[in-house]
Parts: sequence; structure tokens; C-alpha cells
Amino acid sequence: MSSSANLVTIFVGMVIINNMVLTKFLGLCPFFGVSKKLSNAISMGAAVTFVMLMAATVTSVIYNYILVPYQVEFMNIIIYILVIAALVQIVEITIRRTNILLYNALGIYLPLITTNCVVLGITLINASNNYSIVQSMVSAVGGGLGFTLVLIIMSGIRERLELGETPKSLRGLPIAFVIAALLALAFMGFSGLL
Amino acid sequence: MTKSPERSVAKEFLKEVLKGIVASNPVFVLVLGLCPALAVTISIDNALGMGAGVLFVLLGSNIIISLIRKITPGLVRIPVFVVVIATFVTILSLVFEAYVPLLYKSLGIYLPLIVVNCIILGRAEAFASKSTILMSTADAIGIGIGFTVAMLLVSIFREVLGTGKLVVFGNTVFSIPVLSESPLAFFIMPPGAFLVLGLLLGLFRCLGVLKSE
Repeated sequence: MSSSANLVTIFVGMVIINNMVLTKFLGLCPFFGVSKKLSNAISMGAAVTFVMLMAATVTSVIYNYILVPYQVEFMNIIIYILVIAALVQIVEITIRRTNILLYNALGIYLPLITTNCVVLGITLINASNNYSIVQSMVSAVGGGLGFTLVLIIMSGIRERLELGETPKSLRGLPIAFVIAALLALAFMGFSGLL
Repeated sequence: MTKSPERSVAKEFLKEVLKGIVASNPVFVLVLGLCPALAVTISIDNALGMGAGVLFVLLGSNIIISLIRKITPGLVRIPVFVVVIATFVTILSLVFEAYVPLLYKSLGIYLPLIVVNCIILGRAEAFASKSTILMSTADAIGIGIGFTVAMLLVSIFREVLGTGKLVVFGNTVFSIPVLSESPLAFFIMPPGAFLVLGLLLGLFRCLGVLKSE
């Protein structure tokens, strides 16, 4: 009972309270780059969540059964980045062989996920909290959904913003940052939830 | 006349360094490496530590990648670059943990995240893999200093407005009487980072617009 409550706490915490984008500043490149259209935002969010879940599972197995017993935790940066790069490659090949429609929809975003700090970030957060394998998987899904949620909200606002009038020097990225500031302020309202 | 080739090399070296600081500043012009620029700019000490770290990794990876650029097969160059960068980040985090444990703690996961910082992989791919060692070194110094300057700018605004005083390495430089008693804590929190960087970007763009007209 207490362990399942713990899982709920981790999940809710990752989705809204410790949101990857708005409070941890991870994954900002896709956040500002892909959030111009709603459909792109959903595809990107789904792809990132999937890779995050796979990466968190594999790296937490490696961390708990190889790195900790042999006391080589300092090697985690190199090993994690290799695991993530290999995983992204495998996912890309698998999707291309099995579902060509999905592959075309995600196409260009998949290789970029390797250098997305959200994925490496979640594996490092899991390792620094000493999460078990199940806890790591839950926190990865929560982090991915939180990322998707913010991406969708942002793209909705930016689609409307195209129609509005913005001062010349704030057009584009600067105004997107100001919107992100207001969104982050709104999300801080959740901080007393747990 | 015998000195002129050396002098022109020195001139080009300096030009490359300056280009990284101003004309292609990684944060304000290229808009790369945003995660650390927003996350660790709570205080000037953190910004300086992060800047020094990025400069070290950039210098190491640019030099090594430029050295091996002729023997790296094109197909596997990205994994090779990533492993080189990850090695330097591991060295950096071990050094920080041993000699500046306080800074190591306050930088947290953003220190290992230098691996996926787009600035470093971007310079490796766009510059170091095509240029001589000397020019790659100049590029690394320029981009590294440009990144540090940008982070310092953001952190000065955030620290002064968010705490009411400016503290560098434990010494208080100045403190604003009313502001330090009731600081605008908003600027230390995550939303403040987005706001400061957004407005600074707008300001620089505005100044750029004024210059061109």
C-alpha cells in the first residue's frame, strides 16, 4: 500500500510539480523549436515519452545490477549516453520495419532525441534519487507526460499568438520565453499539492 | 617582413575568438545551450563555475576531434564525438567533486548534462571536424567565453533582483538597502529565468535593429 502511494507521489510530482521543462529547464530546444504546431507537439511528445521509458528501464537495470555492485558509478555519464544513442537507433529501425506511417510522422524527430537533455536528465535524476526499477519507469512516464503536456499547451498558445500583434523586437523567441515564464508561474501553483 | 605570416595567424586566431564572444554568441545569437543558461544562473558563482566547466570541455573536445578528424569515418562520427565529449565531462565532474565540492553539489545534474549541451556537439560537428587544431582552439575559447559572459549577464540580473545583493565568492560586492530586506524572490525561481532571458533576447534584438537602421 505504502509503495503504491509512493509511486503515485513520484508520478504526480514528475508530471506537474517538478515539470521537466518549466522547473528543471530540460528539453528546451524541442520546447521552443517544435511547439509551433499542435500536431508536431503531440508526435514529438509521444516519441520522447517512449524513448524515456525505454532508457530509464535499461539504465536503471545497469545502474542497480552493474554500476553499484562493482562501484563504478562514476562511469554512468559515458554508459548512459551510449545506451540512449543505441536505443534511439533500435527504436528508429523497429518503427521503420513495423509501422511506416508512424515512422513518417516521427521521422525527423527520432534522431534528435539522442541529444535531447530530457532523456539523459531523467536517467540522472533516477540515479541520484536511488530509484528502484519500477520507480524509475514510473518517473520516466511521468516526466514524458509532463513534457508532452507543456508542449501541447505551448503550441496552442503560439498558434493563437501568430494572429496577434507583437512588438517587432520581441517577435518569435523572446515572446516565447515570456510566455514560458507565465506558464512556469502558473505551474508553481501546484507546488503545495503533495 | 619575416614576422608577417605569424602575425596573420595570430590575427586570425584573435578574430575567431572574438567571433565566438560577440557576433555568434552561443546563447543570445545562436540560442543554444539554454538548459544550463536558465537552470544554474541563480548566482554568479554558479554561472562562473558552469562557464569554466563548459570552456574546459569545449576546449578538450574541439582539440581532440580536430586531431582525429582525418581518421574518423563519416558514418560513425556522431557516436565518436559523443564519447569524446562524455570522457571530458567525466573528468570535469570528478575534478569538481574533489576540489570544489560545494559548487559540484549546487550544479547537481546540470554538470553531467554538459554532454548533451547542443553548443559542444554543434561546434564539434560544424567547426572542429573541418578545421585545424589552432583554429578549433580559438573557436573553443571564443564560444566558451561567449557562453560564460551570457550566463553572467543573466545571473547578475537574477541575483541582484532576487536577493537584493551581489555576492561573488563569498564577498558582498554591494547590497541595495530596501531590496535586500524584501527581495523579489520571483527572479530566483524558475519563471524569473525565462523572463530575464526573454527580455534580454528582446533587448539585444532591439539594439541590433537600431544599429542596422
